[in-house]
Amino acid sequence: MGRKLPMYKAISEAISQEMEKNNNIFVMGEDTGIYGGIFGATTGLLEKFGAERIKDTPISESAFIGSALGAAAKGMRPIVELMFVDFFGVGMDQLYNHIAKVHYMSDGGVKMPVVIMTAIGGGYGDAAQHSQCLYSLFAHTPGLKIVIPSNSYDAKGLMISAIRDDNPVMYFFHKALMGLGWITPLEEAIKEVPEETYIIPLGKAKIVKEGNDVTVVAVAKMVYEALWAAKELEKEGINVEVIDLRTLVPLDKETVINSTKKTGRILVVDEDYKSYGMSGEIITSITEHIGDNLKSLPKRLTYPDIPIPYSRALEKFALPDKDKIIKIVKDMVK
Amino acid sequence: MAIGEIPRETLLLMYRTMLKIRTYEETLGKIYFEGKTPAFDIAASPIPGELHLSSGQESAAVGTCIHLRPDDVVVGTHRAHHFAIAKGVDFKKMTAEIFGKETGLSRGKGGHMHLFDTNVNFSCSGIVGASFPQAIGAGIAAKMTKKDYIGVAVGGDGAVNQGTFHESLNLASLWKLPVIFIIENNHWAISVAKDKSTAVADISERAKAYGIPGVSVDGQDVLAVYEVTEKAIERARKGEGPSLIEIKVSRLRGHFEGDAQLYRSEEDLKLAKEKDPVPKFEKLLLEKEIITEKEIESIKKIIEEEVKEAVKFARKSSYPKPEEALVNVFEGGN
Repeated sequence: MGRKLPMYKAISEAISQEMEKNNNIFVMGEDTGIYGGIFGATTGLLEKFGAERIKDTPISESAFIGSALGAAAKGMRPIVELMFVDFFGVGMDQLYNHIAKVHYMSDGGVKMPVVIMTAIGGGYGDAAQHSQCLYSLFAHTPGLKIVIPSNSYDAKGLMISAIRDDNPVMYFFHKALMGLGWITPLEEAIKEVPEETYIIPLGKAKIVKEGNDVTVVAVAKMVYEALWAAKELEKEGINVEVIDLRTLVPLDKETVINSTKKTGRILVVDEDYKSYGMSGEIITSITEHIGDNLKSLPKRLTYPDIPIPYSRALEKFALPDKDKIIKIVKDMVK
Repeated sequence: MAIGEIPRETLLLMYRTMLKIRTYEETLGKIYFEGKTPAFDIAASPIPGELHLSSGQESAAVGTCIHLRPDDVVVGTHRAHHFAIAKGVDFKKMTAEIFGKETGLSRGKGGHMHLFDTNVNFSCSGIVGASFPQAIGAGIAAKMTKKDYIGVAVGGDGAVNQGTFHESLNLASLWKLPVIFIIENNHWAISVAKDKSTAVADISERAKAYGIPGVSVDGQDVLAVYEVTEKAIERARKGEGPSLIEIKVSRLRGHFEGDAQLYRSEEDLKLAKEKDPVPKFEKLLLEKEIITEKEIESIKKIIEEEVKEAVKFARKSSYPKPEEALVNVFEGGN
């Protein structure tokens, strides 16, 4: 039975249902216990599973991310929350030098079924150290799977896949999509979510709107900016196809290639920084295959290569949005 | 501890293991320079890259691991051969790994700083301070699954000023985890003397700050190490929480092979040699008539043969197929 759930509840439900089935799953992180996670992702879990399986940690990211590795090597399946992705620096060594590499360095001897979930995204005046996306940085590191849900239905299915995966999975949830009381919720992200468990396989993008003129590729909140843009463009007879990648690693190139072959035009919209990131990667992957067959130059609309400014006026200027997408798409089809 | 309280078999095993480590390290130290003279090229020789040998530190590994079971977890450092051998890591496979061969522990993907043997729960890392959280992760797993194995974190004196050390001591104490922290203080973090980096005289003093027992022990005396670690391991196994043990050892060789050690005085080098734990233990065993000169000769021969066999195995083994480089980034395929 489906019922409408905000993303934070879909995530905590996914964790809860998997924890019921497997005693080796446990949660660690700052404020994951009585608070239920600063972004609600562990809501209600402490009451249900107790403090042994839902651990509130000290503010010691290296210690709890690194100990997730140690526990996973002994057969546990830890889920850790790194509150804001912006805080990765204080635990990064354990993540990129160890969790990501241990399976390879041991030639498959040591499995790393760890989920690291963390909040991304800006647009609400939280400035340079609490608003970043940074998923490209982790996607760049071999050995980490990268999941970025855009709505509550996907969030549950992707979380269950992440938990069941024997590899380290980084699960990025966008704050504005979580359906929290303290950030204006995006109604479109609150979907019907089945009560039973289901999986959405990692590495399967979703065409969220079909169209023939331009392919727009996005993740997380940018999926909605693209959809809003597509809606307005439709009034002018421009049909945009919007693809929600859902995961960056594995990357569903096939869906993007097929769509771009159909439309002949590709625009990547990304809330992460511009250089050396997702937008460049997608465009390169596509042009390597069908570069000669494009009707217009590939385009990208991203967060510029600047730290995220605080002032509302400055941040709005920098963030990719519907209006900027419309302008670029119109140029592309001219 | 009175030597009479320890079974002769145990004493002989400790002696043999110390000797095996020393013979191994000195042998690798020679092989390392094959192809590296007259001009030193770090990429040349059957053993390329950095090589950190543990001669002088045998007592720390042997005095600790003698109390451990295969299911206990040891997480070592960049200088970890002694702990690997004492923990019972497959000797031939370990050697082949150091030679980068397909018969190695990780079929050549790990190398000397990244040895993994899941059969005896051993791993190590090239990043200073990385072992602490990983070992406490094993402690978390033991506690949650109600098993009585323990986690052993090994670090050098250079690692105790890393955040991971402090975060992990606190977390292990807070959660009363079955863990011991072994600090091998060889007085040198590459070229920086311990007194130039660390504000306390004895590193074990830091245990006070985290509410756990802390002991410093003379690493020249393997039986003293034996006694201290026995107590700490028992304590951890009984669920009474972690301990910090500082073992004051000698670094008989450079930080890495090829290190001219211009930063060390003649006196310091002389003192290190005087504090060598191997001849001291040998002398004690002879004095107490636990072993005869003749037995020592025969043990030495057997060990030399064992080391020779392992090196022969490694030399004769093939390199992995180049394409294997692409395999095992992820469990279940890339």
